[in-house]
Amino acid sequence: MATTEEIQSGLAEILEEVAGVLPADATPEKSFTEDLDVDSLSMVEIATAVEDKFGVAIPDDELANIRTVGDAISFIEKNQS
Amino acid sequence: MSRSLTLLKGAPGARILGFGDYRPRRIVTNDEISQRVDTTDEWIRTRVGIAERRFAGEDESVVDMSVAAAGKALATSGVLASDIDTVIVATCTPPAPIPGLAPEVAHRLGINAAGAFDLNAACAGFCYGLASAADAIRGGSSQYALVIGAERLTDWTDQDDRGTCIIFGDGAGAAVVAASVDPGIGPVVWGSDGEKSRAISVADRASFMEMDGRAVYRWATTRLAESAHRACELAGVSMSDIDVFVPHQANLRIVESMVRTLKLGHNVAVARDIVVSGNTSSASIPLALTAMIERGEVKTGDVALLLGFGAGLTYAGQVIICP
Repeated sequence: MATTEEIQSGLAEILEEVAGVLPADATPEKSFTEDLDVDSLSMVEIATAVEDKFGVAIPDDELANIRTVGDAISFIEKNQS
Repeated sequence: MSRSLTLLKGAPGARILGFGDYRPRRIVTNDEISQRVDTTDEWIRTRVGIAERRFAGEDESVVDMSVAAAGKALATSGVLASDIDTVIVATCTPPAPIPGLAPEVAHRLGINAAGAFDLNAACAGFCYGLASAADAIRGGSSQYALVIGAERLTDWTDQDDRGTCIIFGDGAGAAVVAASVDPGIGPVVWGSDGEKSRAISVADRASFMEMDGRAVYRWATTRLAESAHRACELAGVSMSDIDVFVPHQANLRIVESMVRTLKLGHNVAVARDIVVSGNTSSASIPLALTAMIERGEVKTGDVALLLGFGAGLTYAGQVIICP
């Protein structure tokens, strides 16, 4: 089980790799689309990478509800096995 | 004892003799679209990879474009229209459901009494058509077949919907397929996922195309690599033997994602016709291949992996030897 800090830094790595977001910008209150300029297809790539990295499944309808970095962190925390 | 029937002895294999295409005259740039809906050239290029697409005019119907592309494929192949016995038109955008378009296409090409039918497997249609033609040849039902992918997607696209109007275009591509002792069309790997039938759809005759881009993107980038590998395996080639990769041109980001997932090297010629054609559904693969052959990027004997996927959801892939 990854800790919150590990999830945050792992997610930041994915965000940097997929969407070129600087790790310092990937703070919990940031909205993917509005603050970080991540579009819907990049969200899919991020979701796929998160699934591989943390062993969670993110169905499309759940993905639509993930709006901020914090939403993603708490989703991973709740669903990681 | 149950009775049995006589079957024909078909050819050992089928092979593509030539490709042809038809691109509508009118080029629509991103700047033209951004005058109508709230988008920009930069946004479209970075998000979907399209710079321009073609819109068909009144004298460029699905049948007109099919005839033009098929005529070019016949000329390239050196096959006479009178030799063709089967015409398959893969399309999901006929102007009306009745009649099918293939008989008229055959008639206008001067092909007499060919077996002729339309096939709707959306963006996978060309690969489904190619497989159907190759199998008909192997089964002895056909000697020379025309496989056409032709679409007027703009008829079914809301030009005020910036989610879809930037993506779709019109056009047609065709291939002449013939019996051969040397198989040049590998076994098809085809399938469907009808649970996602609403992911890309036109609800009724008064509606326009709707697409859940996110669901389709995810499906295409995660589920299809396995089929691509399987198509190679069945054809007796390895992924490293592939010279040319021609996936359906849905979105340049899907193309690039597939290139990474399949670990294709820099020496592989990859179709990126979407940049100038947009998404033309069943026409995208033969349009791309025709252009690549004309530019000299694809040579006779090259091993190409084709991979169609789209509404249905449907998918189909096969390995071919390029004419």
